[in-house]
Amino acid sequence: MSIRHSLLALLQEGPRYGYQLRGEFEERTGSTWPLNIGQVYTTLDRLERDGLVEKEGDDGEGHVVYTITDAGRTEVTDWFAQPVAATNPPRNELAIKLALALTLDGVDVAAVVQAQRTASMRQLQDYTRQRRAAATSADAAPAAQGGPKANDAAWLLVLDSLIFTAEAEVRWLDHCEGWMAQRAVRAGKQRTAVAERQAAEHPAAAAAGTRAVSK
Amino acid sequence: MSSEVLQLDGVSRTYGAGATAVAALRNVNLTIHAGEFVAVMGPSGSGKSSLLTLAGGLDRATGGEVFVEGTPLGGLSINELARLRRRAVGYVFQDFNLVPTLTAAENVALPRELDGIPARKARRQANDALRLVGIEDLADRFMDQMSGGQQQRVAIARAIVGNRRLILADEPTGALDSATGDGILEVLRGRTEAGAAVVLVTHEARHAGWADRVVFLKDGRIVDEAASQHDPSVLLTGRAH
Ligand SMILES: Nc1ncnc2c1ncn2[C@@H]1O[C@H](COP(=O)(O)OP(=O)(O)O)[C@@H](O)[C@H]1O
Ligand SMILES: [Mg+2]
Repeated sequence: MSIRHSLLALLQEGPRYGYQLRGEFEERTGSTWPLNIGQVYTTLDRLERDGLVEKEGDDGEGHVVYTITDAGRTEVTDWFAQPVAATNPPRNELAIKLALALTLDGVDVAAVVQAQRTASMRQLQDYTRQRRAAATSADAAPAAQGGPKANDAAWLLVLDSLIFTAEAEVRWLDHCEGWMAQRAVRAGKQRTAVAERQAAEHPAAAAAGTRAVSK
Repeated sequence: MSSEVLQLDGVSRTYGAGATAVAALRNVNLTIHAGEFVAVMGPSGSGKSSLLTLAGGLDRATGGEVFVEGTPLGGLSINELARLRRRAVGYVFQDFNLVPTLTAAENVALPRELDGIPARKARRQANDALRLVGIEDLADRFMDQMSGGQQQRVAIARAIVGNRRLILADEPTGALDSATGDGILEVLRGRTEAGAAVVLVTHEARHAGWADRVVFLKDGRIVDEAASQHDPSVLLTGRAH
């Protein structure tokens, strides 16, 4: 996640100090990816060093206020214009775990798949529940405050992203399970075919042969 | 009255006999209370439709017992079973099962009229149900004048008409686009909030996500269950991780 670009983008709306930036970031993304204030100030230091923001001074209460520079605005425009680079897939612990489970002896892959599916499903249920609650409160907003707030919409969007990601995980697990079942059937047929051929060629050795190829 | 709307007690269903017998369900235990939304997931052939037809009294268990609102279905005559289905159970079939020579409103009103409700009242309830699924303006259309997705919504309206206590739906979002599918889930969810118990068979994880509990079937057995967190405060703090 680019904290750097996120903070810079928020500064386009006007000068802000660190705590304000953190608050606005979390409000828009529903605190899904919490920022610590140290990260915010380190990032602001680097942005200043790179000429993308400037210190505007003090707000009178001891907060250092930052403002975006022209170079900073160009950087934000470029960020929105460019797709997020997906050339280097993020490390996916689940894919790694299943790949290892499948290739190592003595791991019950079906059990790994089912345990994960239950956990992913529960997460999907929780996100769906939160989304319904958030949509209800966004719908309730118009009468009271003149229209749903942009930040509510942003939070719904983030929840949808979490929901679709969890859905993809469950679908992928279903796919893995189906694929493993097919492979097991094929392996079984192959064993039967080999055993039948052996039985035809060496009727006497058939019983022993079945055992020998069952690996 | 007990809040258990549906109870499967050691239920089995074997089709055929001898060497070709298929055990579609094996010793399934499942209890669903009023206000609960349960989804059933599982690979094709795992027994999802069999479970639903037994729960709806459309088929009889070969072992164990099915209870609907406390009544054991095994002891009912065919007529008693039909009456219980019309009164208490709404069923959405995978292939809709609508009467092509009736309009949408007539299809929805039919089970009410069969149950002795006066035609005008049945028609009013039908219109309410059609409004809930968002097609009240298509009430007078015949089935061959409706798209697959619209027919599916008629089938759902027929299942929810007249406040049925148990609603059973077999892949009801299959022919619907994503946004309409969500609308249907909202309708089903609404029925649970009105006190019904809903069982939804689906292969779509995102739709199962609407349920309070998700039951996983495999080879005719329940192999696992996912229950969502009920405490909303856990959810709100739980989202930051
Ligand atoms: N009427 C029937 N006669 C014989 N076998 C059936 C019948 N209905 C279902 N089956 C078998 O029972 C198993 C479970 O079927 P079903 O309940 O339709 O599964 P699902 O809905 O999960 O795909 C399958 O092996 C299916 O072939
Ligand atoms: Mg089925």
